[in-house]
Amino acid sequence: MAFVNLQNVTYKYPLTKEPVLQNINLQIQEGEFVSIIGQNGAGKSTLCYALAGFVPHFFKGEISGEIEVDGRKSSESTLDEWVLNVGLAFQNPFNQISGAKYTVFEELAFGLENIGVPRDEMKVRVEEAMTLTGIRDLADRSPYSLSGGQQQRVALTSILVMRPRLLVLDEPTSQMDPIGTREVFGVVRRMAEEGMTVVMVEHKVEWIANFADRVIALKEGQILMEGKPNEVLTSGLLVENHFGVSRYTSVAREAQQRGLWKKEKLPVTLDESVEGFRS
Amino acid sequence: MMNIEITNLCFTYPTGLEALKGISLTMNLGEQVAIVGQNGAGKTTLVRHFNGLLKPTSGSVSIGDWETTKQSVAKLASRVGYVFQNPDEQLFSRDVLTEVSFGPRNLGYAKGRVDELVQRALALTELADKTGTNPYDLSPTWRKMVALASIIAMDTPIVIFDEPTTGQDAVNVARIAHVIAELKKEGKTVITITHDIDFCAENFERVIALSKGQVLLDGPTREVLGQEEILAQTYVDPPQLTRLGKRLGLKEVVTRQEEFLKAIK
Repeated sequence: MAFVNLQNVTYKYPLTKEPVLQNINLQIQEGEFVSIIGQNGAGKSTLCYALAGFVPHFFKGEISGEIEVDGRKSSESTLDEWVLNVGLAFQNPFNQISGAKYTVFEELAFGLENIGVPRDEMKVRVEEAMTLTGIRDLADRSPYSLSGGQQQRVALTSILVMRPRLLVLDEPTSQMDPIGTREVFGVVRRMAEEGMTVVMVEHKVEWIANFADRVIALKEGQILMEGKPNEVLTSGLLVENHFGVSRYTSVAREAQQRGLWKKEKLPVTLDESVEGFRS
Repeated sequence: MMNIEITNLCFTYPTGLEALKGISLTMNLGEQVAIVGQNGAGKTTLVRHFNGLLKPTSGSVSIGDWETTKQSVAKLASRVGYVFQNPDEQLFSRDVLTEVSFGPRNLGYAKGRVDELVQRALALTELADKTGTNPYDLSPTWRKMVALASIIAMDTPIVIFDEPTTGQDAVNVARIAHVIAELKKEGKTVITITHDIDFCAENFERVIALSKGQVLLDGPTREVLGQEEILAQTYVDPPQLTRLGKRLGLKEVVTRQEEFLKAIK
């Protein structure tokens, strides 16, 4: 039995005319790191909300099909039960920050306070999570004084501190510099190795190819394609559907036409390109 | 001339954080400049001095013949348009048309000119069919375009974009690149903060790399983006094709696809 199991999930927000998710069938194993790609409006964030229980419990609307995580059905759970298992980092970190706390440290302890974790344990868990994401130097800053990329790190840390079994990240590196991006992918990979299941929406395909186990391409609320990162990310189907592809892939595709790329398989990462152009 | 002159600019936030430590730069009218650098390097702090949202702790910033300390933010808005990183910090009207008209109307332009500027901005950002919609009923992508349109409509000689491609898909990134190219044709200065280094390589002629509140590199795009070791100090990776060219031992620095394909022949 898969850890995450979506059966024929179709969903419509209260005010939208068309369903935003249509017949989604998706199984994810425990400890798997799955990345979701797709254009703006493809339903990526809505799928994140569905996994995190906000759809339908918070947003309401019409849902059919079944969402299960760890053998529990979303339809038979309340949101406060659900969030103990599933953590979601929103696309806009500004939406994550509670506004109730003066420092990053307090902000990170906020979720733990809410579920009644004892004070000593709380301190240890916050320290641990800050070390993991490399934000110890931000502990005493106001969450609102931080840059966009720093706020994103705080938002991610505030989820990790809760130790969810399923981690859902909606473009967690969109405002980050490359070092921040590298660290986030590294941390997430490590969490997956330790058994946390990860679903991450991302546009940065080179990073996905280096770190994720599987890629799911969404289009207009449906799964267009899924499979191993290289297989999906070099597919001509993505180009036809105006997905963003790695420059390494597009240049090799063009080179292939001109006889300058000899291999059949196209690259997504720098190493794959170097190897291919050398051979 | 409507140049931006920055002389020994230092800025310290009230919290004591020294964000800018002596920056001197000139940006000429009509230049397309990208500002890159790690999170917290001072990129946003720097550009917020151009429209007077922040005033120097020491040193000076002039926009043409106006020194920013001597002008109100409202007045500076006629010379410098600033598109926020997060559109939600910027939008407040009940529909797109009102939002986009607010800026030019506020600058006191005649009604005919306001209408003309608004229509042009809406066409450029492909929002013409969404004029009656509440910006908050649009997806974040389109809200970003509304934020862009509302600044473009002010027809300022200088336009600043703070991370315009964040969270945007390939189609919308191309749309934003088109907006920048059009502004360039009109002779405007476009200054863009970005982490998207491939976007930077493909759309800007000059790049300034900031690190810890100082200028690390400043020059033509190709020259700056070829300096892999120095850029690493501010956690900027060169564009993908530049890195690939270097690994393959190409002599010249390549930033674009055609250059690369020519170079490997």
